[in-house]
Amino acid sequence: MDDRVLWMKGISKSFPGVQALKAVDFDLERGEVHALVGENGAGKSTLMKILSGLYKADEGEIWLRGRKLSSRGIKAMIDAGVSVIYQELNLMRQLSVAENIFIGREPMRHSGLIDWKKMYLDVQRILEPFNVDINPKTKIYLLSPAYQQVVEIAKALSLNSDILVMDEPTASLTGNEVDKLFEIIRNLRNSGVSIIYISHRLEEIPQIADRVTVLRDGEKILTKPLGELTTAEIIRHMVGRTLTEQYPKISVPLGKEILHVENLTKKGYCEDVSFSVRSGEIVGFTGLVGAGRTEIMQTIYGRMKKDSGRIYIDGKEVQIHNTCDAVRKGIGLIPEERKRQGLVLGLSVFDNVVMTILDKESVLGFLKKKKLNIHVEKLVELMEIKTPSTKQLVRYLSGGNQQKIILAKWFLRHCKVYIFDEPTRGIDVGAKVEIYKLMQNLAKEGAGVIMVSSELPEILNMSDRIEVVFSGSIVKEFQREEADSEKVMEYALGLHEHESQQKLRAAGAET
Amino acid sequence: MKVKFVETLKNYGIILAFFLICVGLSILSPVFFTLNNIINVIRQTSIYGIMAVGMTFVILTGGIDLSVGSVLAVSGAICAGMLKAGNPIILVILATLGVGVGCGLVTGLFVTKARITPFVVTLGMMSIARGLALIYTRGYPISGFSPTFRLIGGGYILGIPIPIIIFLVVVIIAYIVLMQTKLGRYTYAIGGNEETVRLSGINSDFFKTLVYVISGSTAALSALILTSRLNSAEPIAGTGYELDVIAAVVIGGASLSGGRGSVWGTFIGALLIGVINNGMNLLGISPYFQQVVKGLIIIGAVWLDQLRAKEE
Repeated sequence: MDDRVLWMKGISKSFPGVQALKAVDFDLERGEVHALVGENGAGKSTLMKILSGLYKADEGEIWLRGRKLSSRGIKAMIDAGVSVIYQELNLMRQLSVAENIFIGREPMRHSGLIDWKKMYLDVQRILEPFNVDINPKTKIYLLSPAYQQVVEIAKALSLNSDILVMDEPTASLTGNEVDKLFEIIRNLRNSGVSIIYISHRLEEIPQIADRVTVLRDGEKILTKPLGELTTAEIIRHMVGRTLTEQYPKISVPLGKEILHVENLTKKGYCEDVSFSVRSGEIVGFTGLVGAGRTEIMQTIYGRMKKDSGRIYIDGKEVQIHNTCDAVRKGIGLIPEERKRQGLVLGLSVFDNVVMTILDKESVLGFLKKKKLNIHVEKLVELMEIKTPSTKQLVRYLSGGNQQKIILAKWFLRHCKVYIFDEPTRGIDVGAKVEIYKLMQNLAKEGAGVIMVSSELPEILNMSDRIEVVFSGSIVKEFQREEADSEKVMEYALGLHEHESQQKLRAAGAET
Repeated sequence: MKVKFVETLKNYGIILAFFLICVGLSILSPVFFTLNNIINVIRQTSIYGIMAVGMTFVILTGGIDLSVGSVLAVSGAICAGMLKAGNPIILVILATLGVGVGCGLVTGLFVTKARITPFVVTLGMMSIARGLALIYTRGYPISGFSPTFRLIGGGYILGIPIPIIIFLVVVIIAYIVLMQTKLGRYTYAIGGNEETVRLSGINSDFFKTLVYVISGSTAALSALILTSRLNSAEPIAGTGYELDVIAAVVIGGASLSGGRGSVWGTFIGALLIGVINNGMNLLGISPYFQQVVKGLIIIGAVWLDQLRAKEE
């Protein structure tokens, strides 16, 4: 009991439409590294945002070193000795190492000027235990990602933090740098600092963590010492959920190949991607957030310029230089971020829906308003979009109805291939089923459908074929019958990375 | 009930302000509410009112065009030079408009292809066009044109000054374009969310370039009227016009972040600026002080817009 520096007790948090955390317990002992794992959306980030004071829990208590915490907020948590090191580091790239560490509390001379000498000396003292060669005067952008991480850790320690949260600390590090970071983490642990370690790289966790907690769908599944669990067991706990949603999947006889992508490459985003989609088929693309699924789609769609590769539609090679070309060739993309990429919130339902077909439905630039109006009215009725009129601003509609507006906009265009990027994110269960039905209908009518999703159940239940993406490449293709959530997850986590790629990475690390 | 009143005030507040100022000026100055003065105000307004219509397109996309005053000067100078050289009027008009289109095209291409912010590109164009006007005229005014050309700025049709007629026609055309055409709907959509427009497979760069071309050509149209009316083209003509033009659009309810605004709003906004200018002259307020007032009006209008945006 005395060893427990942090105890989060019965933490619940909900957002409109989603219960992100359900009575989660989590504790941290002095001088331990505690790994926190779970799928995308399992609630890890929410839990850590509550710990950092960014979010306020709806229910639950936080105890620090045996005392219940009364005041919350980011400042209060930092004062209480909790520091979070985010994946995207919070450093000011144009300032020096010393300025970053001492921002807001620079040592002053009597004259009111900054005491640079003292500041640099202090930084040297702070950095000493890390045994790294960092000059306090160096600008951050000149440092490698690993050293930037060290600066963040040093800053946290100089704030007298003894609880560190590290969110995907190794994401941008090479092999040698990972080893160095682990050494630093072990030293910190031995000196009594407690660390919460979040990572998707499951193979790292046995090397560094003492205990592991698995979250799934906002609930804590288990907390155990690592010695008692295998990686396979961890994965099983991460994905093993019961299916509560309905999937209106019907089998459609597959037609000819509509879209064929060959060796598509975009440096730094996707590499050597080849796949095809047939008429009537739903192809699911899954992988972790940041694996490059969206980037592959955006490259096909001409939003990002490809470096090499060929795209065929109906067997003929097509040149797609921009989104305009993609749409003309019959590709429609329903983007990931509804509000930022799919809608113009300040415009009406009508204006949003007709956006894709104005080039077809206008004469010398003048709109065929009557015809367009009939189209829109019909679609609103058919898709059961709840809106007082087609003149209503999209801003005032619910998330599910907004998503339907984006679909409507693309249905009007009658594309050959539809790419859905996270089509059901943030939508309530009822609306999800309707979206699945609409997607299935498109396939039934002969279109090819690509569905990018992080939600394994929807991938497994709606897809005819599943492509698993890891680190910008397709690492595995499953037929509908062969896939199960554990196998798919193993590939998504990169546990079966292509050997060739592993070699490549190793070579990269050495240079 | 109260909410409704506030809503009405927000939507029609500018018209109300316009009438209040007119009534106030009529009381303060016996000259203000005379037919002669009213026609005078509208005729003066038409010069930058036309430019404000072009500016409305630019601001609706979320951009800004600071170069309009200078584009007016360079188009006016070339217009005057060509007239002096004895070219036929129709050719001169087309060439003048062509200069405006050219300036707008250059601006538009830098904004869309080089991806430089409109503020910077048009700030540069402001200096470039002014410089070209000075080079072309060698710094001196070019004056004295044929009576036919002078009709554009000084003539009447059915008793209405031709500049006013041109202004109204431009407003009506702009209204139709904004409401009934692809260009118009995309103008609003780009200002609302350009990423969405691009992902909808629309060549947004093309339409964005076009709005700068429109702005440039309205500046050239105003140059024709001004040159004709003054019977002279000066290389320093239009200095500081961008202020009145942008003020008219913003007072008319357009949002500087794009996506919201209307030609009718701009129309009223331009008249309001005209009336304020005229009123301050009639009341004998010093031109130095007038500058301060106009600055305050612009800041006030943008502030109101921020408040509106916050509510949404």
